[in-house]
Amino acid sequence: MNPSADALKRRFGAAIRRVTESCGDTIVTIQPERNREILAWLKDEPDQAYNYLVDVTAVEYRDAERPLEVVYELFALGRNAALRVKAELAKDGTLVIDSVVPLWAGADWLEREVYDMFGITFRGHPDLRRILMWETYAEGYPLRKDFPLRGRFSRSEQVRQALNANPEAHYSLDELGIAEAYHELPPDMRERLARGERGRIPDAPGGP
Amino acid sequence: MAVKRTLDVALGTTGLDERGLPVSIPLGLETPGATAVEEAPRLGGEHMLLNIGPQHPATHGVLRLVVELDGEVVVRVIPHVGYLHSGFEKLGEYRHYNQIVPLTDRMDYLAPMANNVCLALAVEKLMGIEITERCKVLRVIACEISRIISHLVWLGTTGIDIGAITPFLWMFQEREKFYNLQEAWTGARLTTSLTRVGGLMADIPDGFEADLRAHCRSLLKVMAEVDRVLTRNGIWAGRTQGIGVLTAEEAINMSMSGAMLRASGVAYDVRKDRPYLDYETYDFEVPIGEHGDVYDRYLVRFEEVLQSARLLDQALDRLPDGPINVADHRVILPPKHAAMTDMESMIHHFKQVMEGVPAPVGEAYCSIESPKGELGYYFVSDGTAKPVRWRVRPPAFINLSALPKMSQGHLLSDLIAINASVDIVMGEVDR
Repeated sequence: MNPSADALKRRFGAAIRRVTESCGDTIVTIQPERNREILAWLKDEPDQAYNYLVDVTAVEYRDAERPLEVVYELFALGRNAALRVKAELAKDGTLVIDSVVPLWAGADWLEREVYDMFGITFRGHPDLRRILMWETYAEGYPLRKDFPLRGRFSRSEQVRQALNANPEAHYSLDELGIAEAYHELPPDMRERLARGERGRIPDAPGGP
Repeated sequence: MAVKRTLDVALGTTGLDERGLPVSIPLGLETPGATAVEEAPRLGGEHMLLNIGPQHPATHGVLRLVVELDGEVVVRVIPHVGYLHSGFEKLGEYRHYNQIVPLTDRMDYLAPMANNVCLALAVEKLMGIEITERCKVLRVIACEISRIISHLVWLGTTGIDIGAITPFLWMFQEREKFYNLQEAWTGARLTTSLTRVGGLMADIPDGFEADLRAHCRSLLKVMAEVDRVLTRNGIWAGRTQGIGVLTAEEAINMSMSGAMLRASGVAYDVRKDRPYLDYETYDFEVPIGEHGDVYDRYLVRFEEVLQSARLLDQALDRLPDGPINVADHRVILPPKHAAMTDMESMIHHFKQVMEGVPAPVGEAYCSIESPKGELGYYFVSDGTAKPVRWRVRPPAFINLSALPKMSQGHLLSDLIAINASVDIVMGEVDR
């Protein structure tokens, strides 16, 4: 058992909900509302010094009753100690948790991926967009257990949407704003971009 | 920090000195060993949007970069990834542990054997399986061959990106030899699927050891030649030194790993700091850089190839006889002849093929030093034969996330060099 678990209990008391061990790894489950505070302490406290964020991910169990878990894999360089911190988010609540990008810049893409795959929102993330799926992806969050392996839409619908995607959908408004060509875009497209629309999929001739 | 180092290397050579190295001529200045960096004239005016990729050879796969340019200077880079996303993690939740092995081949397809090994180690940690001594050494050999192959490809393609074609041809010629060994061992050049939970798919074939030793020797010769062509080459140094600098603090804060982290001076190598496969008993050095730029990443990877050759030599020296698989046939398939003739073996065979091997309830994170950095597999099990969650900690994905920061303020041509220095493989970035 990693001694950091006891130190955490002494420091944060009831905010540390559980300490377990699995396959030699110590797992600390914390109160999700205080994740940034606890992780900042683990990072900055000289005795802990978990300065290296190995991974951020999420776990959803097959048991629908169990909450979603956001998992932080920490490592203390120089001290060679590893700690796994988990925050549970109830599925019936809003899936929101504080971002740890202010602590570790490396969390940027990792949190974007968790958002993309699980639909968990990271409060305070500087640029929370989908990362592996495209921005207009409308089928939901692929790694959730209620997401079917082949996707929610039929194959023909997926193909139709892919073929009908507008070229400007490949650029974010932000990016198109850079371009000189922005002024040469047709007026309706400029208007849609100004409204913040990120590309639109036209309806099929016979309705959706 | 981003101090431009002086270039005291040869640009055009007037011959060789007494040590056989090219005579150096300091670049363009009267005082030897000093270099002035001229401020590029500010053109002012509107920024330009440039789209690179996804189909562009310099992006090393289907990476797309949207670049905001002020003249030729990069103001901002917005990487777009996901073009090769295959949902491997989702697919893994529908497969037995051994059926996941082929998926790992297709992630880091430049070092498939290292990925196979990482998967096997993670599942063995989850199931609490002790593998045999011979298996351990053979897996070290697999990991180090992968590292050599991957670094050779990196060196070759990065050379091309910066304009040096010759090393590419040498590297691919050398790599071919190791690929042949890999093919002889696993039957495949790319989709190796080498490991099984609790062992290996096959033992090494006859003549493998002698060939591997010979190839390691010839590799050293070629690397020495690349060293002479690149390391002190004025163009190479000029294109890579002081480019894409990450300080040690930044590199740690951005979760860099592998050569990206070590070039910045952080001596973190999973083989040394979280040893697996008895790496702590091998004698090898972990090279670290000092400036954290593209040049130091080159030096670090270069030295890693030599250290891998050393490790291969040691592994071959200690390779013990014995079985490659654990004896417990509840986790590993019995030999085919036993399955056909012996009742109990047939039952084990049937149960494994039909039901898979159940893992106990729990979770395990296991990481290895893959050629790209810290590759980690995280498994969560609910007691069935298929994982609840299979998470890959992708080193190339996380290393790539530093690209916008590294390339800010550099020239567009340097962006290509910086992107090359990350050593991405899109199969792993997108998974």
